[in-house]
Amino acid sequence: MAGNRLIKVDNLYKEFPIHKGFLDQLVIEKGRFVRKHESVKALSGVKLEVLKGESLCVVGESGCGKSTLARVVMGLIRPTQGEVLYQDQRIDNMGFNELLPYRKKMQMIFQNPYASLNPRMTVRQTLEEPISFHNPRLSEAEVNERVVGVTESVGVDPAWSDRYPHEFSGGQRQRISIARALAVDPEFIVADEPISALDVSIQAQVLNLLMNAREQRALTYLFITHDLAVVEHFGSRVAVMYLGTLCELAPTKKLFATPRHPYTQALLSAIPKLNQSSSDYIKLKGEVPTPVNLPSGCVFHGRCVHANERCKQEIPELKTYNDISVACHAVEEKRI
Amino acid sequence: MSLLEVKNLEVRFAMRKEELVALRDVSFKVEKGERLGIVGESGAGKSVAAFSILNLISKPGYISAGEIIFEGQDLTKLSPQQMSQIRGNRISMVFQDPMMTLNPVLTIGTQMTEALHAHQDISKEDAKQRAIETLAQVHIPSAATRFDQYPHELSGGMRQRVVIAIALITKPPLIIADEPTTALDVTIQAEIMDLMMELCRTSEVGLILITHDLGVISQMTQRAIVMYAGRIVEEGDTKDIINDAYHPYTHGLMDALPQKTTPGQRLNQIKGVMPALSSIPDGCAFNPRCPLVADICRTTIPDYSNIGSTRVACHKAAPRGS
Repeated sequence: MAGNRLIKVDNLYKEFPIHKGFLDQLVIEKGRFVRKHESVKALSGVKLEVLKGESLCVVGESGCGKSTLARVVMGLIRPTQGEVLYQDQRIDNMGFNELLPYRKKMQMIFQNPYASLNPRMTVRQTLEEPISFHNPRLSEAEVNERVVGVTESVGVDPAWSDRYPHEFSGGQRQRISIARALAVDPEFIVADEPISALDVSIQAQVLNLLMNAREQRALTYLFITHDLAVVEHFGSRVAVMYLGTLCELAPTKKLFATPRHPYTQALLSAIPKLNQSSSDYIKLKGEVPTPVNLPSGCVFHGRCVHANERCKQEIPELKTYNDISVACHAVEEKRI
Repeated sequence: MSLLEVKNLEVRFAMRKEELVALRDVSFKVEKGERLGIVGESGAGKSVAAFSILNLISKPGYISAGEIIFEGQDLTKLSPQQMSQIRGNRISMVFQDPMMTLNPVLTIGTQMTEALHAHQDISKEDAKQRAIETLAQVHIPSAATRFDQYPHELSGGMRQRVVIAIALITKPPLIIADEPTTALDVTIQAEIMDLMMELCRTSEVGLILITHDLGVISQMTQRAIVMYAGRIVEEGDTKDIINDAYHPYTHGLMDALPQKTTPGQRLNQIKGVMPALSSIPDGCAFNPRCPLVADICRTTIPDYSNIGSTRVACHKAAPRGS
């Protein structure tokens, strides 16, 4: 198992303080000044591994911490607690220069290709920058050769590379940002909702491109999305997140055939399907609690029909049953 | 008489150098209590179609031809004053993002009663009563307390419920919803879809639902329109559009869904992109991307032909597999 492991995320916590400055923190309580520390708990104890060559999809609703997880793994933000290991080397506490070789191996594709490309740089400049930065010894001709190669591989005509991003459509822009990620020959790609901003017919094109790249370059993906249909198609394993914790982690087929965690069940039942006019989805009671004051015990207990006293007190651990991992007392006690 | 009948609507945008035709020859009907879906990719003209019904097209856009008959009167001929008596009163609109449509500095109550006071002679107390009733109707718990709260105090799903409540408060016979669930999470989306279905059934409200999500169309609507580059390419009963479509573009849209392919296989993509309004090709606008393209498609814009309940604009219209 360990030899096959590319990324290990261990017991990751990330909190974002709401009140940053000292004066911000002061509140008057019963006539006295009190300092108050409040924070958004974006990740609370996430443990997972990404195996070489797999496409691990992370799904969940907005605010569940999936993008924070992606950014912590990429080293764009530092975790409050916990470790991120890349091939058994801890990377979350490294300095800028130490991290450089890892940055070359890990690349990220962002959601909105309108915002993630610099409007003042031509496609060529956008693609040249990472290549020459990470390979300072390459000559101009060699850099150019790589730019042409990577532009062609994503299906953009290299003759257009002197154009600016605004001259391209959304789908083409996303191809360019994929090209930028592929330009430095990474091993591992974190894609944060790479197709959510695109139209259906373009989504299919970009998804096919990502699958082609996976085959040709033996890439490993951490794929963040909220679109479960895409997950079913693209992912080899799926991690379901809720309110900063991992509820369930399972091979895609098994997760869609037999979801174990009550939240996963509700989530899957809510996808609108073709040819199904009835609305027989599992209704969750209440709303997602605020990540500022997390509920005690299982974060899902307030909305769960299977919740009992234990769920309100004790935080469930992610337990592995064969190849499925579920964090739920009810599953553990075989109540569901 | 239909509740709404749009006849040969054409919308143009007068740009500096040229006139762009955003909608051409768009005709459709909505019956009382009927739920109609409009699907298409961005730029297909689905929002322009909806906005033009309410005369919300702003300059440089204008309605250049056609009629919009609502409850017997042609909306394109009304004065701005007459139109504002229809808008928000007889036809309401629900927009995509509830965070953008609600005013952050006004309470929910103020925003709800505003619509009532604008259109009806109603006392403050009665308006408040109506607002609270409507909030309860969209299943907002403790409606009376919500009345005095501000939008930021509510979650995304609750906000969209408030937007729907505002649309409903004047009891309009027609609601136009432009991507009402796109900004919401799937579990919330399911709740909002459920709610809108229930309201349409119980109060016989007609609904025009604009979305790019074929799953949503399939679950919520009775009839559906597929738009491409400003034109209706296919219209029919939703189940026919989903299962037995005739237009190659509709086929392409359906096939591109990940559900339609074995996991791990390449998706069936439609090659190319939708043309910009300024460069719509001659003949059928879909011809450069169409797998069935023939010579006639490059020269002649296809007329509509009726096949069963379906109306389709394609020279090569054929059921799948033939």
